[in-house]
Amino acid sequence: MSFDVVLRSIFSAAFLASVLRISTPLILPALGGLITDLSGAINIALEGIMLVSAFTGVIVSAYSGSVGLGVIAGVISGILISYVLGWFHLHMKTDIILAGIAINILATGGTIFLLFVLTGDKGNSQSLASGTVPNIHLPFIQDIPFIGRVISGQHVFVWIAFLLTWLVAVYLYRTPWGSHLRAVGENPDAAETMGINVNRTRMIALLISGFLASFGGLTMSMAYLSFFQREMTAGRGFIALAAVYLGGRKPWGTLAAAILFGFADALSHQLGSLRVPSQLVQTIPYVVTILALVIYNLREQAIKRDRQRKFYEQQQAEMGSGGGL
Amino acid sequence: MPAGGKPPAGYLMEVCVPPIIELKDIYKIYPNGVMANKGVDFSVNAGEIHALVGENGAGKSTLMKIIYGMEKPTEGKVFVEGVERHFNSSRDAIDAGIGMVHQNFMLVPSFTVAENIVLGQEPTKNGLLKKRQAIDETLQISQQYGLRVDPEAIVDTINVGMRQRVEILKALYRGANILILDEPTAVLTPQETQELFSAIRKLVDQGKTVVFITHKLREVKEVSDRVTVMRKGKAIGTLPTEEATRESLARMMVGREVLMRVDKPPSERGRKVMEVQNLSYVDETGRRVLNNVSFNIYAGEILGIAGVEGNGQTELVEILTGLRPATSGDALVNGNPVLNKTPREVRMAKVSHIPEDRLTNGLALEASINENLIVDRYFRSPFRKGTSIDYKTVRDFGAQSIKEYGILTPDGDLPVASLSGGNMQKVIVAREFTSDPELLIAAQPTRGIDVGATEFVREQLVQKRTEGTAVLLVSADLGEVMSLSDRIIAVYEGEITGVFPDAESLGEEELGLYMLGIKKQPAEEMEVLL
Repeated sequence: MSFDVVLRSIFSAAFLASVLRISTPLILPALGGLITDLSGAINIALEGIMLVSAFTGVIVSAYSGSVGLGVIAGVISGILISYVLGWFHLHMKTDIILAGIAINILATGGTIFLLFVLTGDKGNSQSLASGTVPNIHLPFIQDIPFIGRVISGQHVFVWIAFLLTWLVAVYLYRTPWGSHLRAVGENPDAAETMGINVNRTRMIALLISGFLASFGGLTMSMAYLSFFQREMTAGRGFIALAAVYLGGRKPWGTLAAAILFGFADALSHQLGSLRVPSQLVQTIPYVVTILALVIYNLREQAIKRDRQRKFYEQQQAEMGSGGGL
Repeated sequence: MPAGGKPPAGYLMEVCVPPIIELKDIYKIYPNGVMANKGVDFSVNAGEIHALVGENGAGKSTLMKIIYGMEKPTEGKVFVEGVERHFNSSRDAIDAGIGMVHQNFMLVPSFTVAENIVLGQEPTKNGLLKKRQAIDETLQISQQYGLRVDPEAIVDTINVGMRQRVEILKALYRGANILILDEPTAVLTPQETQELFSAIRKLVDQGKTVVFITHKLREVKEVSDRVTVMRKGKAIGTLPTEEATRESLARMMVGREVLMRVDKPPSERGRKVMEVQNLSYVDETGRRVLNNVSFNIYAGEILGIAGVEGNGQTELVEILTGLRPATSGDALVNGNPVLNKTPREVRMAKVSHIPEDRLTNGLALEASINENLIVDRYFRSPFRKGTSIDYKTVRDFGAQSIKEYGILTPDGDLPVASLSGGNMQKVIVAREFTSDPELLIAAQPTRGIDVGATEFVREQLVQKRTEGTAVLLVSADLGEVMSLSDRIIAVYEGEITGVFPDAESLGEEELGLYMLGIKKQPAEEMEVLL
């Protein structure tokens, strides 16, 4: 009975609109993760970058009174953090995983500390009057039944996420820089001997990922919510990395995987209305992440088995026809 | 030659034209204190094929990396076409018209041939790649130099010969006039080597200059105009090729007389030790790597596998030693199945293994020499005492092995990483030979080690076989397979294409035809010989 309600609401325009909204802070860092992964310097600090930019955006917009300045500051902070990561990894030769973990821990603690210093509150920034980015209402399209309600009225970051997916795809596969980036990730020596600067290419990849992930962070605090909350990214930076692999390390695949995770997240919000313990419902996005990765792996293995089976059959057929060795 | 410079004996004087490349008094000391070049003078004339020979660690590659801008000399000067140059990166060398084909190919596997060739210098329009133009340009230089490639093929799927042509085209695409080839024939069959040589000659006819690193003296004689020999970081001398003999070059390389042949008493074939039946293997990507391979190995014989690298040898060895599961088939050692067992179970069946990649599979680099020597037996007496290792026994055993196998080290407790390549290999040989094997599987046992250590390893292999061990030898060095083996099987694309019971009477060219799959023995004929 109440499941009926849930089912109906899942196929409603409002629900699909919320899927897009909730997917956005996954799509953006996932694109960043994709670029660094392809360059061979995996960025596990996406989580920390998102937190820092979410925080910076709110603070700057609150004190300057300008949403635009907040967004710009948030993006710059994200790029700076990834520069720090790149500096430790590429110049100081630190293990990038360790450096990334350090940044994540620093971001968690640092944002709470500064939040407390600035607002006296360790939980959220609601006492500050920070702004949110505008929603975009599409004339004409918003009048189309259903579709209009799904895509019109979304905040600007939703559109930016799709636009950036396209730009990342063009960058990676249609420009020489993208070609260099992928070459560096696959065979750095080959790239180096062709005069491509491996460290610089990886640094650029990290900076781009900082740029992309910071939009993800800003989505959290200046669009999805209108304030900063401690640890508000809640593992999205890591789920984004999972989306990279689930998406087959391709831009549109990554986008699709991120939307799948967004769907699971949205679903958990819907199910919140049921009499199911909320703690259990909140695990849905994470469980889906794990399940998706397991299924992805099983599928890979099935493909492998399938190939082997075909080989057997072929061999049997050859033997049957008296071919032999 | 500079005025007042004293030319080494045999130096060919070129008075009118300055050499296209000239290195003067090059020293290279690496940060870890290794001195790779000690005052090297080296010059190459325009339009010649210049061979550079020397043992591993003689400093050839370092010297070439200096020319190619990958390393900076600690001291000394580099002149290209008479002008002094200070290269900061390969980019600078490329701009000066120098191209290098590295020993391990520098290609991006998932890119197409054309994408690899234009990498770093892609034709673009408004910042976007022009893929069509890249393909056309690839076709054009491919035809111009007679180096056949398929521009749209993914590099991962093309064979070694074509990969090498891609590498050469990459350099030519960047306008290289001087081509440095680092051991280009190491991975090629005799036929492919011939093709490469004719391509090199064609390049020289079109005005290019080629520097060609090798340690195969026969190739020096065959293709080069002049040859420079390096030993222990120094250039020992440069001479016109017609004045050099293989023996004189070998003497210059090693500094003493070298036995070019292995003395080998006749084989006394004993009982069947290993039996491999219909072994097949399909890899993760669905590629059929081994297809119905069957053979036997007998006590007291060396069975050599001749094949171009990448035709299933690596996988065969890994499967037989428990490092990789087989897809189907059987393998028995003394009647006990060894397929799909763990490496320890395989070793317990008295199988020893000299792995082809000593740095990843053969040794634990940070562990000590002694630890590496007992890593296959620490859990057995006399090395185990209760629940711990008896380090006194270990040290005694280590000291004995170090002495017996001539491992050059002051102390067995030093990490293996402190040894040179040849001495690392001796550690592996010591471990694998002292485990008293009935079957010894040796993959590339002399790869990348110098002439002296090579001689030692080969002698040891022959001695083990004479003592009655069955030996399976896999080597990319055809000369090694032919001189050590009692019986040879040729493999091509994971299948046995021929069995040759009398290795001595076989010609290299003939064997090459089987290695390339051009010839194949009838199944019935092979069955008898396997």
